[in-house]
Amino acid sequence: MAKKNLMAITGAEAAAYAMKQIEPDVVAAYPITPQTPIVEYFAKYVADGEVRTEMIPVESEHSAMSAVVGAAAAGARAMTATSAQGLALMSEIVYIASSLRLPIVMGLVNRALSAPINIHCDHSDAMMVRDSGWIQLFCEDAQEVYDLTILAVRLAEHEDVRLPVMVNQDGFIISHGVEPVEVLPDDVVKKFVGELKPIYPLLDTDHPVTYGALDLYDYYFEHKRQQIEAMKHAYKVFPQIAEEFYKISGRKYDYVEPYRMEDAEYVMVALGSSNGTIKDVVDELRGEGKKVGLLKIRMFRPFPKAEIQRYLTARKAVVVLDRAASFGAEAPLYEAVKSALYEVAVRPLMGSFVYGLGGRDLKPEHVEYAFKRAMALDLVADKEEYLGLRE
Amino acid sequence: MPLTMKKLAEIFTNRETGLTQGHRMCPGCVAPMTVKMVLMVAKALGYEPVIGFATGCMEVSSTIFPYTSWSVPYIHNAFENVAATISGVETAYRALKKAGKVPSDKKYAFIAFGGDGGTYDIGLQSLSGALERGHKMLYVLYDNEGYMNTGNQRSGSTPPGADTTTAPVGKAVAGKLQLKKNIVEIVAAHENVYAATVTPGEPMDFINKVEKALQFDGPAFIASLSPCVRYWRIDENKSVDITKLAVQTKYWPLYEVERGVYRVTRKPTSFKPVAEFVKAQGRFRLLLQRPDAEQIISELQNYVDRRWERLLAFEEATKNKPVR
Ligand SMILES: Cc1ncc(C[n+]2csc(CCOP(=O)(O)OP(=O)(O)O)c2C)c(N)n1
Ligand code: SF4
Ligand SMILES: [Mg+2]
Repeated sequence: MAKKNLMAITGAEAAAYAMKQIEPDVVAAYPITPQTPIVEYFAKYVADGEVRTEMIPVESEHSAMSAVVGAAAAGARAMTATSAQGLALMSEIVYIASSLRLPIVMGLVNRALSAPINIHCDHSDAMMVRDSGWIQLFCEDAQEVYDLTILAVRLAEHEDVRLPVMVNQDGFIISHGVEPVEVLPDDVVKKFVGELKPIYPLLDTDHPVTYGALDLYDYYFEHKRQQIEAMKHAYKVFPQIAEEFYKISGRKYDYVEPYRMEDAEYVMVALGSSNGTIKDVVDELRGEGKKVGLLKIRMFRPFPKAEIQRYLTARKAVVVLDRAASFGAEAPLYEAVKSALYEVAVRPLMGSFVYGLGGRDLKPEHVEYAFKRAMALDLVADKEEYLGLRE
Repeated sequence: MPLTMKKLAEIFTNRETGLTQGHRMCPGCVAPMTVKMVLMVAKALGYEPVIGFATGCMEVSSTIFPYTSWSVPYIHNAFENVAATISGVETAYRALKKAGKVPSDKKYAFIAFGGDGGTYDIGLQSLSGALERGHKMLYVLYDNEGYMNTGNQRSGSTPPGADTTTAPVGKAVAGKLQLKKNIVEIVAAHENVYAATVTPGEPMDFINKVEKALQFDGPAFIASLSPCVRYWRIDENKSVDITKLAVQTKYWPLYEVERGVYRVTRKPTSFKPVAEFVKAQGRFRLLLQRPDAEQIISELQNYVDRRWERLLAFEEATKNKPVR
């Protein structure tokens, strides 16, 4: 295992640093708060000759995604990054990237979608494209951003997968907060990601292929089915790649991360940086002898249903925290977890709490409140509640 | 490899252009002619074309899965982003060449094709970005003056008085009222570009400009007037003649702008009135039934006359004065 090398960096720099070590052939990106520092750091690496990557300073996110699609189809390893409005603008091509089965890796620095315009964190951007066919990983801290960005390359490019991966980090909270991050030596990362093995590259003019054909009712459905299967493969190969990553880093990554779950009766489920806050509250309540625990969801697409069933069956109560609303329906994470638990033998009592929209702080007392409601078995499965909201 | 007629003819007769038979474009449609002529020149010059195509009539008709009419690498991404897509392909090429992962002796030509909708309207930003960044690409506009794939809707390229479904010639309104956007001027306003108009009715001019465009050290843009027989409501065997008429009536002047230097490449000794161009096409039939038809046509005549004078003036003023 490599010698420890700690850097005090932000989540944005952690993403950029990982990208530097991956050294993709092409990066096309357009700045937007809070993703901007990723583009800035990377542009500097290019300007200083620290990477041989060709950077395309596109005029919009729509063109950023369009250009990485072109680059990936040509046979290059291509990456980008964005936030909220940028993702919304490129969303048409986000679907095309996955449907053309291009192994692109994109950092998504989560930010609330307009309107009203807001630059702070929530997960409405990621949730907007949750059915776009991208693998979605959520990070708790800068270390995970660094690690999962590297891991994502292997997942995307695995021959049974060939799907794009979105590595989510909470805007400002992770992207602009400085943390110690243990980085790997360049050569270890290079060796881990290896060389991209292009499949049907456009630049192979001796074997011409057509990308993006018109596909009507006689084939479209079968192609979508293949995409559905590819997601299943992503689920299947993730542990192998995570195991390999463990061998070089000593850091273990699973679809989900259980925290003090052994005998937990009351469990919280969440995505992203809030898991840090929740862990603190769990420790505190555990100190008081309360049987609470946390199930952090790291992979949201493909959705780790089996793990969720395994961890949550027969618990007394489960509260799900969502940093996004689904107007007119249940919040996305809650809906998914609840649906997964339909099939378990002993279903827990469930409650849904939406929090943190537009960057509103999630305070320990909010988490504590939600746990108390769970412990009092005072939850209504059909009722969405809000944390830290003025009514 | 120098361009010879023999080589061009060989590629054409051996069907080696890269666009093979079996596509489902209407007989007489000028879009596939435009594409084939461009590819013929590229191949004759020894280039390996890699094609990007914007959504539109030609794209849907040439790639109906599981068939494809393309025997060269081809990517269709979306409607408005062919320029950005080809910039990605071209950049990938530069990156992989640097890394020694593509054969260094291969001469690639990155060619984007877009219709007028994909170029004048929804794709203008993507095109402008790619031109400004200076990608070594050739962008070919096949201009049929409307959204034909979706059934003849108005575009920024549709001429005044043409009947379209979104600007129909009605009892109160004479169809589209605005003039065609001047796309070549927009493109030429970017620095260090080559921009030209062509049309298949003038094949020598077409071939020369494509050769120049491919060899230009920077982004090149070629606008080809490419009539749609279906919605221009013309006979299949008249589509190329119409393009000649467009040149003879100053409707589609043939010229080029190379780094700011204008050159008018066809200067007919006598011109025909633009009314002849209008009257030759069914899409103006309803206009011609209106009492204000003559006025609208005379405004168009006035416009093409002034534009022609301006072009000659630009040619004179910019002679031997490239911007860089
Ligand atoms: C974002 C988006 N908007 C609208 C469309 C529908 N659409 C497909 S092709 C087309 C018109 C194409 O016109 P043009 O570029 O002139 O090509 P043509 O079909 O005339 O050859 C339209 C409106 C689309 N595919 N994508
Ligand atoms: S509808 Fe028009 S543009 Fe489309 S194939 Fe027919 S003639 Fe060509
Ligand atoms: Mg058109």
